[in-house]
Amino acid sequence: MKIVFTAKGENWDSPMDPRFGRMDMLVVYDEDSDKLEAIPNNETEMMEHGAGLQTAQKVLDLNPDIIITGNGAGQKALEILKRSNVKMYTGAGEMSLKEAYEAFKDGKLQAQF
Amino acid sequence: MKVLEEDKAEEKLTIGVLTTKMKLTIASGKGGTGKTTVSANLTSYLASMGKKVVLADLDVEEPNSALFIKSDLKNTKICNKMVPVWESENCTLCGECARVCNFNAIVALPSEILVFPELCHSCYACSELCPTNSLPMNPIKIGEIKEYEAENFSFVEGRLDLGQEMAVPLIAQTIEYTDENFKEHIKIFDAPPGTSCPVIEASRGSDFVLLITEATPFGLNDLKLAAQTMRVLKQNFGVIINRDGIGDENVQRYCQDENIPIVTKIKNDKEVAKLYSKGELIYPKISHFKNSLDEIVEFIGGIK
Repeated sequence: MKIVFTAKGENWDSPMDPRFGRMDMLVVYDEDSDKLEAIPNNETEMMEHGAGLQTAQKVLDLNPDIIITGNGAGQKALEILKRSNVKMYTGAGEMSLKEAYEAFKDGKLQAQF
Repeated sequence: MKVLEEDKAEEKLTIGVLTTKMKLTIASGKGGTGKTTVSANLTSYLASMGKKVVLADLDVEEPNSALFIKSDLKNTKICNKMVPVWESENCTLCGECARVCNFNAIVALPSEILVFPELCHSCYACSELCPTNSLPMNPIKIGEIKEYEAENFSFVEGRLDLGQEMAVPLIAQTIEYTDENFKEHIKIFDAPPGTSCPVIEASRGSDFVLLITEATPFGLNDLKLAAQTMRVLKQNFGVIINRDGIGDENVQRYCQDENIPIVTKIKNDKEVAKLYSKGELIYPKISHFKNSLDEIVEFIGGIK
């Protein structure tokens, strides 16, 4: 299973970024290969509008099964994400990536859709 | 237009002669500094002096001048903007539309094209560059312009529909409506706050911009941003210090250092706030406020 975390850093000890559209970093964890990959998302800093849309498309290009985030995505980003099979889990905004992953496995995060 | 000059003999600032067609924008960096209070009162005051004057509320995201003006509705105009509409029939899903959009308004998914009209700037790039003509432009309603008749002046208001994000097209249409329908009037434009596109649209066609601020660190910070914006626009501008007496001397010092004229200082006065909160005009009841309006009128070249 492929999981995307909205993160402020690149590794398991990094804090989560509670924001979706303007997250600092997409961290992708592939459970099958046990590989962690970080993709910067800093181009959204300069976008006045539409950051959520661009990030949503970027996430979908990775073809993940799960997104773990804090506050959840905004209305427009959701419109895009819901057209794929990805599932989003929220409420991990204050955790580290490791804690967020464990909380998800323990079923402690809410499914946004 | 006129070159800014100081009339040394009378120690009065002036920008020349108030023409019947003058366009004056009242703006600010910081919100809540008194744009609407000054706009509504200045308009009414000029009208009371026998001038033909129209006030246009360009703060289309949350217009509020109407709260201070008793007036009757005369005309309503529906405002549209052009946005692309996706036609799937001939589309090859090549994604060129999404690539050429500078405003993130189009997302190309593997099986469909999504258009987000709220983000569209009506630039036509996607529509024109689509190889299969699958994105024809269609009008959608974004808001309304309303024209009102007050006792002795006219009032125009642009109001964006709920959920619409693009203020600039409606601001441009509100200015155009005012220009076309009030050719021989002095035009007072009540601008939105800030320093971004809406303020630029509300300021760039005007003869002069009055920036209202207060002498606080926040006021100064945002005044600097607004002043920089006006300089980029090569726009003539001056400053009104509102709620004078609070804060510190730094706004005044900044204006002196930068050679920005301080048109007037409006005293900090609880009675002004009381009248404002009741939606009443200030100058008929408070003389120091009226004196400040006189200084503005004198500055813009009106004859007392």
